Amino acid sequence: MITKIIALVIGIALIGFISWWFFGKHEKEAVTADVADNVQEVTVKVDGGYSPETVVLKKGVPAVINFYRKDPSSCLEQVVFSDFGISKMLPENENTKIEINTDKAGEYGFACGMNMFHGKVIIK
Amino acid sequence: MTIKSRFWISLIFSLPMFFEMILKPFGWMLPGHTYTMFILTTIVMAISARPFLHSAWAAFKNHHANMDTLVAIGTATAYVYSIYAMFTGQDVFFESAAFVITFILLGQVFEEKMRNNANSSVEKLLNLQVKEAEVIVDGKSQMVPLDDIKVGDVIRVRPGQKIAVDGEIIEGSSTVDESMITGESMPVTKKVGDKVIGSTLNNTGTFLFKADKVGKDTMLAQIVEMVKKAQNSHAPIQKTADKIANIFVPVVLIIAILTYLVWYVFLGNSNISSLLFAVSVVIIACPCALGIATPTALMVGTGRSAKMGILIKDGEVLEATDKIDTVVFDKTGTITEGKPKVTDIIGNKDEVLQIAASLEKNSEHPLATAIMDKAIEQQLELFEVNEFMAVEGKGITGSIAEQRVVVGNTKLIEDWNIFQELQEKMKNLQSEAKTVVVVGKNDEVIGLIAIQDIPKATSAKAISDLEKRGLKTVMLTGDNQQVAEVIANEVGIDEVIADVLPQDKAHHIEMLQDQGRNVAFVGDGINDAPALTTANVGIAMGAGTDIAIESGGIVLVKNDLEDVVKALMMSEKTFNRIKLNLFWAFIYNGLGIPVAAGIFSGIGLTLSPELAGLAMAFSSISVMISSLMLNRVKIA
Repeated sequence: MITKIIALVIGIALIGFISWWFFGKHEKEAVTADVADNVQEVTVKVDGGYSPETVVLKKGVPAVINFYRKDPSSCLEQVVFSDFGISKMLPENENTKIEINTDKAGEYGFACGMNMFHGKVIIK
Repeated sequence: MTIKSRFWISLIFSLPMFFEMILKPFGWMLPGHTYTMFILTTIVMAISARPFLHSAWAAFKNHHANMDTLVAIGTATAYVYSIYAMFTGQDVFFESAAFVITFILLGQVFEEKMRNNANSSVEKLLNLQVKEAEVIVDGKSQMVPLDDIKVGDVIRVRPGQKIAVDGEIIEGSSTVDESMITGESMPVTKKVGDKVIGSTLNNTGTFLFKADKVGKDTMLAQIVEMVKKAQNSHAPIQKTADKIANIFVPVVLIIAILTYLVWYVFLGNSNISSLLFAVSVVIIACPCALGIATPTALMVGTGRSAKMGILIKDGEVLEATDKIDTVVFDKTGTITEGKPKVTDIIGNKDEVLQIAASLEKNSEHPLATAIMDKAIEQQLELFEVNEFMAVEGKGITGSIAEQRVVVGNTKLIEDWNIFQELQEKMKNLQSEAKTVVVVGKNDEVIGLIAIQDIPKATSAKAISDLEKRGLKTVMLTGDNQQVAEVIANEVGIDEVIADVLPQDKAHHIEMLQDQGRNVAFVGDGINDAPALTTANVGIAMGAGTDIAIESGGIVLVKNDLEDVVKALMMSEKTFNRIKLNLFWAFIYNGLGIPVAAGIFSGIGLTLSPELAGLAMAFSSISVMISSLMLNRVKIA
């Protein structure tokens, strides 16, 4: 009987934790790219998602986003910018450069090949 | 480590446990039983499952959950619980963890293979390019790499060679196999002044051509660019699936915990079987099939269309095409050839044509071109014309062998005698919406030539095919009502909107849309841009090498109305496949979760974690297969 009560308490606590952890608001910072020699560059680490998830780029300055994939999961092996028609395979533990056309301001999403992890680029 | 080697490792170390499972009823057990299983499973978890665990943990830190989370939690639960059970002398289920990993990796191996398969169509297109070409510089030929060819370069192409870039023939003639770009299976005859497309195959002759598009501007490069964009685009229908996928995994975890609690705490089931139900729920629920349902179908569908010379811009266009109920055609150049042709000759055929062609030899008028083409086709010799004189707005007069000859419209012969019979024939021809040219000799009309912009050979068939599909067809033209109706009747168009100024085309499309119709507009990409963008789906017919990619949602490389039918069919098939895939993916999870949770255990229907892993792998594979089947559906 005691074990059942303990199981129940732990179970309910776990449910509470999952709801808070995954559905609660967890603010994440946007990162602005560094501009040097008229090129802006920023690195996004790919490990269980994208960090940073939001990248801010300056309009009109050629931009390069380096995707560095540490995650071995095939879930994240591809990154897709559907607005730009870019789709690149990301080799593990390597830097993959992706050039972004910054002519038009706006918010552009990117995602993994299965569209489960998301990030976005804000051009302004 | 590749997915493949992870799969093999996990298979090899799982097999002994598989044998034990089968042979146990016959009294055979692994030497060392529980401890051997512990060691085997530990190897599988440490090597094959490690990436799942890593990814799940990394995602967790980012407040994310994905399919790796489910695999990791499901197998880790089974593994950790079994270790605890091993030390306390209870039943273990190490094999579940190992089997699940094996099955899921098996699914991923297949999926990877099929994805490469689906992905390869674009790369195949690029492989069509030649590496170098024979460029003529200062009269000498030299081999130049593809990237160094410039606009204006003169390139020689020999029989059996591929044409390097887009250009125009300046010397020689040949037949060219353009099937790889346009989907047209018959070789096309090319002579001086004709355009050639890069990467097509020269058959018989040798010719020189001047490059006018290189690098990113070539037709092939543009096609590849467009297909790539389409394959990475999203269909609006997918949005729901995306939303679900985002909250799916945490919800599943909660359901799994509830499953465990209900079985163990409230129904008084044993700890181990309650745990197995929970693990099954976690494993069956992987939303992979949901995630790949749309992208794979889109990839295969747009790739296959491109091979037929039909370029579909993105998933949005595909979805819009599915809802089309009215197809509006521009007349000139779309339904018709776009250039007038001689249809009838009345009188002494050869003489009439000979005189007319001799007089029109130097004229640039479209009607003159039609007459000249006919004369060349009939291989007629032309006479020498003296006293040549063009009569403004009427025609041409001159003399051939001392005889006065004329060719022109009726105004030219106002005061001439014309036989009753010819007059009637003229009326008949005019009522068929043909332009009639009269030919006269020595103040007497000797014959008539009827000229018309005739419908393309395939137009009537294409329009009847569209009607069979339940679509309304409308023709939009600047011609007058009478002419327009004759053509419309000939090809079987339902509705005619005549006397439309070019700039008003878009407005007429809007009016149709206001009646609640979903309109596709078919026109050439250059002049009809506003109408193409106004329509729900703009279908731009390719004109030679100039494909105006921006203007149309669908671009047809070939100038053939049958491709409109094919494009609509292909869109419909692809979109239906997306719906089917989504449906099955939802069903898998929708039915799989309750079964795994043991809701139907009363009637003996349960799902062990191993079976759940197998079903999960199978669901992704079946969606992939379903998408690849698009390569095989029949497109008439």
